[in-house]
Amino acid sequence: MPFSEQARERAREIIARYPEGRQRSALLPLLHLVQSEQGYVSPEGIEFCAEQLGLTKAEVGAVATFYTMYKRKPTGDWLVSVCTNTMCGVLGGERTYQALSEYLGVGHDETTADGKITLEHAECLAACDYAPVLTVNYEFFDKMQAEDALTLVKQLQAGERPHPTRGARLCTLKEMSLQLAGFADERDGAVGEGPAGEATLAGARLAERYGISVAGFDPDTPISRKETPPQPESPGNVAPPTTPKPAVDAKPARDTHPGGVA
Amino acid sequence: MVTAPSQEALAKLTPVLTKRWLSPDAWRLDVYERLDGYRALRKALSVHPDDLIQLVKDSGLRGRGGAGFPTGMKWGFIPQNDGKPHYLVVNADEGEPGTCKDLPLMMADPHSLIEGVIIASYAIRCNRAFIYIRGEAVHAARRLRNAVAEAYRAGYLGRNILGSGFDLDIVVHSGAGAYICGEETALLDSLEGFRGQPRLRPPFPATHGLYSCPTVVNNVETIATVPYIVLGGAQWFRSMGTEKSPGPKIYSISGRVNNPGQYECSLGITLRQLIELAGGMQPGHELKFWTPGGSSTPMLTAEHMDAPLDFEGMAGVGTMLGTTAVQVFSQQDDVVYATYRWIKFYHHESCGKCTPCREGNYWMEQILHRILAGKGTHEDLDTLLDACDNLLGRSFCALGDGATSPVTSSIKYFKQDYLDYIEGRKAPTMSPAELVGAH
Repeated sequence: MPFSEQARERAREIIARYPEGRQRSALLPLLHLVQSEQGYVSPEGIEFCAEQLGLTKAEVGAVATFYTMYKRKPTGDWLVSVCTNTMCGVLGGERTYQALSEYLGVGHDETTADGKITLEHAECLAACDYAPVLTVNYEFFDKMQAEDALTLVKQLQAGERPHPTRGARLCTLKEMSLQLAGFADERDGAVGEGPAGEATLAGARLAERYGISVAGFDPDTPISRKETPPQPESPGNVAPPTTPKPAVDAKPARDTHPGGVA
Repeated sequence: MVTAPSQEALAKLTPVLTKRWLSPDAWRLDVYERLDGYRALRKALSVHPDDLIQLVKDSGLRGRGGAGFPTGMKWGFIPQNDGKPHYLVVNADEGEPGTCKDLPLMMADPHSLIEGVIIASYAIRCNRAFIYIRGEAVHAARRLRNAVAEAYRAGYLGRNILGSGFDLDIVVHSGAGAYICGEETALLDSLEGFRGQPRLRPPFPATHGLYSCPTVVNNVETIATVPYIVLGGAQWFRSMGTEKSPGPKIYSISGRVNNPGQYECSLGITLRQLIELAGGMQPGHELKFWTPGGSSTPMLTAEHMDAPLDFEGMAGVGTMLGTTAVQVFSQQDDVVYATYRWIKFYHHESCGKCTPCREGNYWMEQILHRILAGKGTHEDLDTLLDACDNLLGRSFCALGDGATSPVTSSIKYFKQDYLDYIEGRKAPTMSPAELVGAH
């Protein structure tokens, strides 16, 4: 299936986000764009990206097959991803996955015969304080024990669109892929949907309840300037640090956490 | 039963970054501005960029993404007047098992990150910044993209920001599902449109990062902390935390506690105090093992409840602070299974570039599965430790190092649990048919 002029226009818009001569940076969003058109990364989609960026199909394919979110066969309208990493798994996620797999009659990365639902295991989804979690088209449904998940999936099968616990109302995987390609969510009010959950606010609420705040915060504290050293007697002046600086190597440290290194 | 925290534990709470989260519409620019938003930016633009680098150095801020490297020093490594473009890349690829602080921050208060990005970019003389956000985090990316658009409209981004002559563009770039892209050089390769595989260092990103140009890669929480330092000053920042680990830190506590969630506390709080803040252990659960900062940090036990959760305190008990992702498990949880599941994760997420990680995790997963299936031998424990010896320090990046943490620490503290499976005192909990999660 050839890509529409609209898709080509979007591709140009994506490429323009990156510096001159660095258009290859557009490859990940372009692959999301392909999925927004076709629901997966099709051979034509690979060719489309290759054409846009002046790459070979092999170069594009090598990238597409590296990332979990690029699907290599058609997916259902609803991609149900169940976290089975340790915390979610221990708190019920394993049973949730098994219950869904049994009920839907599909295994990992498989789609139901009616083409509606694709099931997959997911690795840690960064929502351990809401474990066990699952996502539908990447929107979160929190504390999903097996029976909750079955109810949810039955609603999807009945054509309903249950509202995620956090985040906006559901959209199809193709629509979501367009957002992943970097385009704004145009649905009226969608950005504001999804209140912060209890767990997110737990610490802040506790501090509020006990009237705790950090003392000494003066937003007008001057910044020390090298050229014009501040007068020592000026009020709110920042004294030069008297505490020793952290002892560190002269080189950046070896990162300890691939999952969130800064 | 939810128990009330002691005064000592409450005194550790430091609502700084998380305070604005209580305002439900703080993601909107007008609300953010009412709550001191973009005030730090105006202040920052009125001083010389070098003064900002010095301020962040003086604050003692250390990276919040796991490695704890001093942020001001990292910024200071960027060569100036080199004629090359400089880049700031925010690592928003949150995915270390247990870690769940950056996504809620970007969801509740996205402008604080953007304001921090503008200040940091001004400091390192960068005119183009990227926020590499985990693909699956669509809810947070939606808010972030909206906030970037709002910031452009208000003149906080684009050309001649607030009349300062400083220009900055921000691109929010979604990943596509690969834990390894949280490793900073793999992230850079991914951002350049390649498979996310780590690069050999040196050269470091400070001189040869994105597009081989000087680049700072910082975690979301690190950058979001910057506006508060600009406003309150280094001395105020140092009033929290410890001398070597100053400031507030968002601790994510999950698992067998009554109120799991995000607790922003003074660095150096202990697990005992953190559990108190989280309402105590769930009924019927006693602490058995826990991770201080994600699955890549060696696990600890009930003996370590009073060790300070800061960089030095955790190093002192043979582990790492990591991402302060405190996962709490009880006597009802199987430490051998937990380890197996983590190793399954590392196996899945290994990028395949280096042999120790690619093969080591593959074989460790098989061995752990065999033990859980009641087919393990005493020799298996030696083989696991041997595999870890061949991974730690011999793999290309920290993913391989991290994978050894749950294995070596669980064998160190809970060898008996392994022996119970091996010697038949505990019934097998897995059979090949029950294998899930392999993909």
